[in-house]
Amino acid sequence: MSDQLSNAAKPRFRDTPFGVFLSRYLDSKVATLAFVVLVVIIVLAIIAPWITPQNPYDLAQVDVLDARMAPGEEAFAGYTFWLGSDGAGRDLYSAMLYGLRISLMVGVLSGLIAMVIGTAVGLTAAYAGGRVETLIMRLVDLQLSFPAILIALMLVAALGKGVDKIIVALVAVQWAYYARTVRGTALSERSKEYVEAARNLGLSPRRILFGQIMPNCLSPLIVVATIQTAHAIALEATLSFLGIGLPQTEPSLGILISNGFEYMLSGKYWISIFPGVALLLTVFCINLVGDQLRDVLNPRLAK
Amino acid sequence: MLAFLIRRIGQSAVVVLLMATIVFFGVNLVGDPVHMLVSPEADQAEIARVIQQFGLDRPIVEQYWLFLKGAVQGNLGTSFIFGQPAVGLILERLPATMELAVCALVLAVFFGIPLGVYSGIKPKSRVSQVIMAASIFGFSLPTFWVGIMLIMFFSVQLQLLPSTGRGEVGSFLGIDSSLFTLDGLKHIILPATNLALLKMSMVIRLSRAGTREVMQQDYIKFARAKGLSFGRIVWAHLLKNIMIPVITVLGLEFGSLIAFSVVTESIFAWPGMGKLLIDSVLQLDRPVIVAYLMIVVFLFVAINLVVDVIYSLLDPRVSLTGAKS
Amino acid sequence: MTNPVLSIDNLQTHFFTRAGVVKAVDNISLSVNAGEILGLVGESGSGKSITGFSILGLVDEPGRIVGGSIKLSGEELIGKPEAALRRIRGGRASMIFQDPMMTLNPVLRIETQMIEAIRAHEKVPRREAWQRARDGLAQVGIPSPEERLKCYPHELSGGMRQRVAIAIAFLNRPEFIVADEPTTALDVTIQSQILAEAQKLCRENRTAMIWITHDLSVVAGLADTIAVMYAGRIVENGPAEAVLRSPRHPYTSGLIKSVPGEHLVGQRLFQIPGMTPSLLKLGEACAFKERCAYQDDACSAAPPISMEGGRACRCFHPLRADTAAQSGGAAKESAP
Repeated sequence: MSDQLSNAAKPRFRDTPFGVFLSRYLDSKVATLAFVVLVVIIVLAIIAPWITPQNPYDLAQVDVLDARMAPGEEAFAGYTFWLGSDGAGRDLYSAMLYGLRISLMVGVLSGLIAMVIGTAVGLTAAYAGGRVETLIMRLVDLQLSFPAILIALMLVAALGKGVDKIIVALVAVQWAYYARTVRGTALSERSKEYVEAARNLGLSPRRILFGQIMPNCLSPLIVVATIQTAHAIALEATLSFLGIGLPQTEPSLGILISNGFEYMLSGKYWISIFPGVALLLTVFCINLVGDQLRDVLNPRLAK
Repeated sequence: MLAFLIRRIGQSAVVVLLMATIVFFGVNLVGDPVHMLVSPEADQAEIARVIQQFGLDRPIVEQYWLFLKGAVQGNLGTSFIFGQPAVGLILERLPATMELAVCALVLAVFFGIPLGVYSGIKPKSRVSQVIMAASIFGFSLPTFWVGIMLIMFFSVQLQLLPSTGRGEVGSFLGIDSSLFTLDGLKHIILPATNLALLKMSMVIRLSRAGTREVMQQDYIKFARAKGLSFGRIVWAHLLKNIMIPVITVLGLEFGSLIAFSVVTESIFAWPGMGKLLIDSVLQLDRPVIVAYLMIVVFLFVAINLVVDVIYSLLDPRVSLTGAKS
Repeated sequence: MTNPVLSIDNLQTHFFTRAGVVKAVDNISLSVNAGEILGLVGESGSGKSITGFSILGLVDEPGRIVGGSIKLSGEELIGKPEAALRRIRGGRASMIFQDPMMTLNPVLRIETQMIEAIRAHEKVPRREAWQRARDGLAQVGIPSPEERLKCYPHELSGGMRQRVAIAIAFLNRPEFIVADEPTTALDVTIQSQILAEAQKLCRENRTAMIWITHDLSVVAGLADTIAVMYAGRIVENGPAEAVLRSPRHPYTSGLIKSVPGEHLVGQRLFQIPGMTPSLLKLGEACAFKERCAYQDDACSAAPPISMEGGRACRCFHPLRADTAAQSGGAAKESAP
């Protein structure tokens, strides 16, 4: 009897909302594996400076004589190029982890900024209604009718190279997705009973919007954010591959792949392959996690 | 029908005008338009000449008007790399890009719809699950990476197919295309496949979802009760229904194929307008970039219009004469 | 004695779901003669539609016919290969569906959908098939059939679409037709027109028909014989008039009493208490036991079938004509 009482007072972890969420997420073995791999990738990227033999940005540590070494060969400085070296003599293993850092940083940062801007715009549209809403949503639709890559390309062409500029371009590409999602959710939430109840309590529209409705937009937002981050990473890699993204001095995965591309025809496959696999794994894992999150968090969104 | 067309063309014109405005003021906002229109190596006299020609010394509203006037006449400046009118430069390369995009679209439809329909009819079979897993994977692959892999496998390892250029261009009925020579065909296979894979995952998912929905409908069961053969049911009853959304979405996605041809053309050195754009961006040949943007906007709007018309022709429930937003 | 066009013997159609085996159709026997209409009556979920689909071999996964026999003019249908069944469907045996809004393909013209039904069975020229389609539409009372043939389904009203579906069912002069609640989705006035139309066609063409419905008032004027289905089994059958006038099974009696009629004006409508049982948990016992006023310990065993004057009833306590007339089995009074 007392057992039951204490149980009632302290709900078991698996009965809490987070516990339910977790157990449903872990239902899929593939998604669980993807999440673990993703965590490993992120950790590796963060601790890169401590686990790599070389800082690829530090020209003093890079020896051109070491260029295009095959995997397993030994560097002039004594360590082994486990994954080979690139055309400039950078250790690919080091360059890859540093590249991962930049790629992830650019993707996540642009995603976060776009999320803040998009959420604000979407909520404003839902809150204001009328002409303002129509105008905002027309703009969103207009932008979404053009492929992201084209918009990003144009912006980068106008702004020039650099980490800050590419983030600006990626934010400009992504904000509309967030705005559309938030506005859509806010509109559907607005017609629900709890909002009606809040209105009857005399809460101001602004408090209802930010206090009641916004928290309910969180789950679709998380889903969109995951998928958009994967997109942003792939897009940045594409732009960098085309030579109009990040500068050579801060090589992201896209630049490493691009650098290796010219050696590919002569059979030096590793320069492109290893960064490519890292990029692929990252994007694929994020997408898998996002897919599962969509199923778990919001069955309505599942396609 | 006529009223619908006139209204839609009007709307399209508004969108083009809007984009032109955004481009014009965007260019003015981002930097000095003189630098946009003049080669970095130009001397003082050249700069003065361009300022004179484009009226850059006049008030901005007047410049805007001149820009629009030029745009209507197809004059969006002169490339300083090639020394030719930018619009002409792009239009020269348009056929190569169109050829690539159309081939990619055909490939995506040709393989995507049967695969999607199959996995929709038999969602639980092993083959369907492989198809779906592959399509999720395909969705995650960046286009440029697939291009590299295609080159490495088919050109470098197997030495089967060429990896650069358009090959020999043949002429048939006054149209020049790589499709008319064997060499040209060999050259287009890899880039077209590369571009097609991007959309194939989407076609598979779309036609699979459509198939699953349609196959549960009463009219399919009624068609079976009429004693129709399975082939007839799939061909007449299923395909016609799922083609409506597939064609609509694909029509709209044709624009993104043109946009993504930027990537594919760069990898396979395909001499289309996408490659020209990247070269221009790298060499800061800004008149070409502006012209490309305007032409692409125009193309997109035109494609949207065509898709709307096709959609109404396909779906008997939609009538163009009726009021429809 | 004439040979029935359709005779079903001990048909069993089961659904193999995750939760267990659902015996949707459990040992059903029926027969219909040429030119006659059998009303198959039951609540939703009683298995009547599945019976219809079973006859045409249209039961989808996870359902399967697991036993019994279905004979069309003496020819066994169960176990026939799909290709042979396909030739029978729409040819010798056809079907009319419940919702006319859903049974016609929205993107194909009426003529396409009619001509393909003819040409799936006979290699006739398009022109001839078109003429037959036109005549078929005229037969079900559709004005200016030539114009209607050019229409898409959404251009026709619900009643008109159901007429088209009926015309399609009769196109190849079938020996047998299943009509699965074809008037449920229609207005009452249209409903009676369609009932009359279908009855006329049946008599004229000597077609045997099973008319599935949950509405006793529909079959009252239409059917020659009635079979009442409950939880996958037939609980009572016999000549329509006799069954309606003096039901034997308490369930039939309850159904009859729950039809709103003139004599009930101002009174509470009768309702059968409780709900249909889950088909997953049915045992040998009478499935109606829990809802029946006459139930006793005996009802836990498989109810016997009593035959009398061309009628059959599956019950331990069949009602006699006199009690049925007054109290109709006095199934438990519904809770106030």
